[in-house]
Amino acid sequence: MTRKRSRLLLYLPLVAVAIFYLIPVYVMLVTGLKGFEEVNLKTMWDLPNGIQFDNFIEAYNKLAPHLWNSINMVLPAAVISSILGSLNGYVLAKWKFKGADIIFPLILFGMFIPYQSILIPLVEFMKTINLYGGLPGLVLTHVIYGIPITTLTFRNYYATIPKELVEAAKIDGAGMMGVYWNILLPISIPSFVVVLIWQFTQAWNDFLFAVVLTSPSNWPITVALNNMAGSQIVAWNVQMAGSFLTALPTLLVYIFLGRYFLRGMMAGALKG
Amino acid sequence: MASVTFEHVNKRFGDFVALNDLNISIADKEFLVLVGPSGCGKTTALRCLAGLEEVTSGSVKIGDQVVNDVPPKDRDIAMVFQSYALYPHMTVYDNMAFGLKLRKLPKDKIKQRVENAAQVLGIEALLKRRPRELSGGQRQRVAVGRAIVREPKVFLFDEPLSNLDAKLRVQTRAEISKLHLNLQTTFIYVTHDQTEAMTMASRIAVMNKGILQQLDTPQTLYDKPANMFVAGFIGSPAMNFFPASLRKDGSELFVDANEFAVKVPEDRAAIYMPYAGKQVIFGIRPEDIHNPLFVPPGIHAAPVDAKVDVTELMGNEIFLYLVSGKNSFVARVDPRTRFTIGSKVQVAFNMDNFHIFDPSANADNPVAVR
Repeated sequence: MTRKRSRLLLYLPLVAVAIFYLIPVYVMLVTGLKGFEEVNLKTMWDLPNGIQFDNFIEAYNKLAPHLWNSINMVLPAAVISSILGSLNGYVLAKWKFKGADIIFPLILFGMFIPYQSILIPLVEFMKTINLYGGLPGLVLTHVIYGIPITTLTFRNYYATIPKELVEAAKIDGAGMMGVYWNILLPISIPSFVVVLIWQFTQAWNDFLFAVVLTSPSNWPITVALNNMAGSQIVAWNVQMAGSFLTALPTLLVYIFLGRYFLRGMMAGALKG
Repeated sequence: MASVTFEHVNKRFGDFVALNDLNISIADKEFLVLVGPSGCGKTTALRCLAGLEEVTSGSVKIGDQVVNDVPPKDRDIAMVFQSYALYPHMTVYDNMAFGLKLRKLPKDKIKQRVENAAQVLGIEALLKRRPRELSGGQRQRVAVGRAIVREPKVFLFDEPLSNLDAKLRVQTRAEISKLHLNLQTTFIYVTHDQTEAMTMASRIAVMNKGILQQLDTPQTLYDKPANMFVAGFIGSPAMNFFPASLRKDGSELFVDANEFAVKVPEDRAAIYMPYAGKQVIFGIRPEDIHNPLFVPPGIHAAPVDAKVDVTELMGNEIFLYLVSGKNSFVARVDPRTRFTIGSKVQVAFNMDNFHIFDPSANADNPVAVR
């Protein structure tokens, strides 16, 4: 009885907070389903008169090329920064070289530099190396901005792997890359899931780098969404449908891979 | 199949001296056990041989080749780790085959070797399992199997039994001895357990504080320890030590430990005569102290008075914890002994089997007088 009551006390606030958090999503969805004339501030909480997906189709037609831009940018950015982070983490955890203890904090320092403060030099640099305006430049930026967090995650995970495992592989005949490829890489799949999801979300949700580094045809979906709103009137129903489409991929990633994400976060804490 | 040689090997970690001028020659096919308390350098010596640590100076040889700069994978050694270090994502088969795959052996040859080893170790049924599905003893076997399939020149074992329970440890000890007999390869085995060392080794290297104390067969080590450290480390319960002086009385020589004095038999007196009048350490093993009722025939027994502090019945014998003045010591006596705690008793020292250590050169570790 007391157990049941304490469960109730736990779930009530959780449900309340969850509802509070989902209010904007509710408004986004119902507005997205409404006709243009139905949308106004007085009725924003009301359910639509009828279900119709025209807004989603219209939003999709407008955003589709940019959706693909996002996918084409996010996948390589997430994969490359994860691989680099994994290699960095491996070396920093298992092949400590002289100065490793200085290099590692320096890499981490990158996490604490505000994006805004480096925009001008970043743009100038991208122009110099001829990557300004296109997706490859944006990929490169996300890869580099991802390295600190991916390195940290992998280094911390690899630090929990007993050194005997590496030594056994060395004696068995593996070199530095052999140990990585045959032993460390296969057992760090949970960490890869964490880092990939994280990097995917970071790059997908980014607006600032995308808006300063890409030209309109290369805009990822976040920038395109912002520019979908006309200058005179805003078709809020279409805008909301577009917002939902923009948020959908990260939502799906979390729904389907969320448990691996949690499992991976815990993996470092477990022995053996 | 190869000999192993440590020549003037030093290893320092910062200021800490892990190995201090280590010299050991290990013959081909020998079973050498490195034994000592934790931090004595035994594991460091093994790791230097494996190539997992670089020596600070000196040279390590496998066969005739100096391997100081040879990476572990090219030393043709295999090692069994204390934690077993099995690859968690691979099946037992793949764990054992890994080293052979890296060496690009043909598939059928790998299969044959892995299956042979599995059969020798009785783990054929486990080949498709992963390490986490195995018990400690099974993991240990897989770790040994991974070493066997490599058919290395030298096998290295780093405390491979210390994670097993007592019963399994005894059983596995015998199996490793048998394995050595069957494989006819050089085994180098590190342990802190003197029983493991005594039961398996063809020779034992006793180490302490990075220094080799004595290198000899188990029997010699036990009967003729070179110094007090070895005398105290080998044997369980440990040898009893008494500060004493050697007193000459006419043509007779006595060990005088203040509370008691025991006569040195004539046949041994000559050896110790030069130390007459000097302070020494008198050492005697617990099994050489008897209940006067059950003294074996034909020994020179010397009576010593003591008080019984604790008695422990082991079944086949009794451990007596005795006190004589400031000295406490242990005796392993006949189980028929009926001494009560707190009573004053007389025990008999077997004076045919005692040790004298001379502290004059090295007070921390007095050297045996022979």
